[in-house]
Amino acid sequence: MPVDIDIAKVARLARLALNDEELAGYRQQCEVILEHAALVQTLPTEGVTPTSHPLPRTNAFREDVITECLDREEVLAQAPERDGDYFLVPRILDEP
Amino acid sequence: MGYEPVIGIETHVELTTNSKMFCGCPADFGAPPNTNTCPVCLGLPGALPVVNGTAVEYAMIIGLGLNCEVAPRSIFARKNYFYPDMPKNYQISQYDQPLCVNGHLDVETGAGTHRIGITRVHMEEDTGKSTHVGEGGRIQAASHSLIDFNRAGVPLMEIVSEPDIRSAEQARAFVTELRAAVLRLGVSDAKLEEGSMRFDGNISLRLEGSEAFGTKVEVKNMNSIRSLQRALEYEIERQTALLEAGEPVVQETRHWDEEAGTTSGMRSKEEAFDYRYFPEPDLVPVAVDHQWRARVADSLPELPAQARGRYIEMGLDGPVATVISRDIEYGSVFEAAVAAGGDPQTVANWLTGEVTALVRRTDLSLAAGPIDGASLAELSAMVSDGRLSASAAKDVLAGVAAGEGPPAAVAEQRDLIQVSDTAALEPVVDEVLAANTDAIQKLRDGDDKVIGFLIGQVMRATGGKADPGAVTELIRSKAG
Repeated sequence: MPVDIDIAKVARLARLALNDEELAGYRQQCEVILEHAALVQTLPTEGVTPTSHPLPRTNAFREDVITECLDREEVLAQAPERDGDYFLVPRILDEP
Repeated sequence: MGYEPVIGIETHVELTTNSKMFCGCPADFGAPPNTNTCPVCLGLPGALPVVNGTAVEYAMIIGLGLNCEVAPRSIFARKNYFYPDMPKNYQISQYDQPLCVNGHLDVETGAGTHRIGITRVHMEEDTGKSTHVGEGGRIQAASHSLIDFNRAGVPLMEIVSEPDIRSAEQARAFVTELRAAVLRLGVSDAKLEEGSMRFDGNISLRLEGSEAFGTKVEVKNMNSIRSLQRALEYEIERQTALLEAGEPVVQETRHWDEEAGTTSGMRSKEEAFDYRYFPEPDLVPVAVDHQWRARVADSLPELPAQARGRYIEMGLDGPVATVISRDIEYGSVFEAAVAAGGDPQTVANWLTGEVTALVRRTDLSLAAGPIDGASLAELSAMVSDGRLSASAAKDVLAGVAAGEGPPAAVAEQRDLIQVSDTAALEPVVDEVLAANTDAIQKLRDGDDKVIGFLIGQVMRATGGKADPGAVTELIRSKAG
């Protein structure tokens, strides 16, 4: 079952810079996965409750209590760029 | 033929839980930047979220308070997009199976009651906070942005209205009522200035009488209820002008500029978002059984609309009842005053008139201040038994607010007690009548207007301290 896939868009959405060779390779791999999914989709599922999770469990909650946070210096040390106590990021939007 | 606005509002409300939605970091506002973070809310590899049970219950409280159905089973979903204030590159939200659906909120405006549908109330996590550097903090002109992840992961409820709103004025009334409801429910501090309540508007126009929807525009960045109304008014004007000129409205997100009083298109560097929602594999479903739902429903406090109905039954007129029902402090002072014997409408008028003016003028706080139910009840009694005139009562109120003591003492000190004692008033009335025999004759001849003049003379003679009611009675009995 052939599956149409815009691999360049998928790469863009995932912020992956791939060359043509890589795009072709991933396209092939993604096709195999999607073809398998398409095959599964042909199964008769009428009357079957959709399964969002395989575990037979609900309501895994924690108490609303505060736990220890990370040290700020340790956190900011991971940042590509920082300005004082903040993470610094490039401009977000273009001029309108 | 005119155009009719079709408006829906998305409201985001941060919950006042102790900890964040999926981790134990504090959810409070105002901590030093980037101090309330952990591997979960920073999206570090391998960190796993766990749902805050209290946040789920708070979400149910909002849903039930907005007359929603609570889904017996709901799930979390990943909303995938890249944005610098979202460390995981996806937001945990709810998508096709939200916690609460199909509610409504009744909203009062001068034109009557409007029932605004609530499509859904769902749970998600807030993002970090960006500060745009350069050009007055405007996002379009910033050279770069600074990120504080303290807010990332704070429990956030998204409340989506149906496109049932038909004017900017109705939109203002809707968010005002919604904010009052959320505050009464006690699950959010709903502070617009701190961003714990925020709203976006979706607005389109259509020809009056048409059922079809026009092209909608999403308007963002309104920081107050007033700017929401202004932004919608601006959009109504802008879209009307486009349609009348035969030009199309472009479907887009527009940014409200408070200073300029205009909206402008936001063009993202990124292509149109494609969120690729899928069920969050790290979180199991939320199941709400009948007992849980019933327990939360039974514990709901009285909502503003219910309080309003009760206040109207107590004798208040609609607009005053609406104002008092929307404010918890006003409501509790009002109820305490009435319980202590105060006249409902008199007390309510003071609260919405003099007291509101005092609160605005001074730093008077109703919660801590000397104006409480007991003092308003005492003041009300002094007016109804004639010891104080309505205008003197306002002076006394100012004195009470200034901490001069309880109403009776303030009235005494400020020499505002009315004389209604007949024995004390009689000599003054006799004097006035003796000096105005013409007027008495006119009164006897049926010219009732002249009594105002006579009362005025007595008031002048007593330095304004005579009780007009008692004076009127005296004059009539003597003239008759």
